[in-house]
Amino acid sequence: MSEAVVEDNDLLLDSRQMARFVARGFLRLDAVVPAHINAAFLAALGQVDTGDVANMRSYYGRIMTSGAIPAVPAGVPLAAAYPEGSPLADLLALPRVRGAIRSLVGRQPIFDHHFLHIAFPPAFYEAQGLRQVSQHNHQDSTIDPRAAFDIQIMYYPHDVTADMGGTRYLPGSHLRVVSEAAIARYQNIRGQQHVVCPAGTLLFMHHGIWHGAGINRSDRLRYMFKIRMQPRERQRRLWNTTDLPAPGQPQRPIFWTGVGGNEDSIDAILCRPEPWHEADTGRVEFINRVRFWRYLLDDPEVDADYWVRRIENDPV
Amino acid sequence: MTASFPDMRQQVLVLYLSTSALDTAVVGWSFYDGTGRTDSMAGDSDEPPYATGLDALRDGWRLIQVSPLLPHASGDEFRLGYLKYEFFFEKLLPPA
Repeated sequence: MSEAVVEDNDLLLDSRQMARFVARGFLRLDAVVPAHINAAFLAALGQVDTGDVANMRSYYGRIMTSGAIPAVPAGVPLAAAYPEGSPLADLLALPRVRGAIRSLVGRQPIFDHHFLHIAFPPAFYEAQGLRQVSQHNHQDSTIDPRAAFDIQIMYYPHDVTADMGGTRYLPGSHLRVVSEAAIARYQNIRGQQHVVCPAGTLLFMHHGIWHGAGINRSDRLRYMFKIRMQPRERQRRLWNTTDLPAPGQPQRPIFWTGVGGNEDSIDAILCRPEPWHEADTGRVEFINRVRFWRYLLDDPEVDADYWVRRIENDPV
Repeated sequence: MTASFPDMRQQVLVLYLSTSALDTAVVGWSFYDGTGRTDSMAGDSDEPPYATGLDALRDGWRLIQVSPLLPHASGDEFRLGYLKYEFFFEKLLPPA
């Protein structure tokens, strides 16, 4: 990572962080939310670990009607979504969080929706005679072919252990245009990740990431709070771009590459395959990443490993 | 059902491969067990049950459906969506 750039107290992302987001569709910041905000958020929910929950539906209903998390109209400024001094307002005011949001969706994002996800332990399903099952893989919302993108911040206010079934997600799936739960048939995909993290971790996800909640096999409730937001402005060079390579750099050798090379270069980041990539469409993924990178840079010339220029070379 | 064709249930294995060839790597997998012996769900394993589709054939799975190879619509050649190389297999077993 290059030296952090601070503007208006925002810690902006650097170009490699943005390129990784373009390639893989997520940014993870471990334990970025301090303990006092995590504690205040959970306390406001009237959080219990286990035992005091009569049933899952009533527990959700009590929190939803308590006002601990406000009901916010879709489409308002994110800055107006949470009361000043509330845990969520404090979370969004953290310099690293502000910087990541600003780098991805700009200064004045639009609030879309939020939701508190609770994964209950096996005892609650057994008590109600229900099958405890993980959430199917899905892509949120609906078919979304935009070049612009929304982000969803997933907030884990307490430690998430492996047996708690943290969010499952598929890195690099965000550029696939599918229809929400149409991908539910896919149970397991090579390279899928399961969130295991310390308290206060945030996962910033492109809206297109394939994901689903895992099954909680612990004896504690698991909480995850999600906020979706949209850009109000064109997503053009919103991060710290001072570390970008100078324009006009030659392409690096491809296929017959010799030895060495910078594996952390932006070209390498954009052309690194995922374990689930099919042989042929993996190459199309690279093309779509380059096109996404061009959109964010507003530069129709930039390429990585010649994937796009090759198919644009059409002399007349 | 007749006595010569005992009551059977279907196990369905879906493999997603890296190409249209059965002897290439598994990149995704699902399993639905109509016999009631097992209960599978999303995210329950991070390693595939077989390395390739051919390995599943050699283990007794019967191939019953293959995704077709479709031409690429003009102007939409680079839009990606669902996993491309889907193979359905079955076994027939008595219920648990």
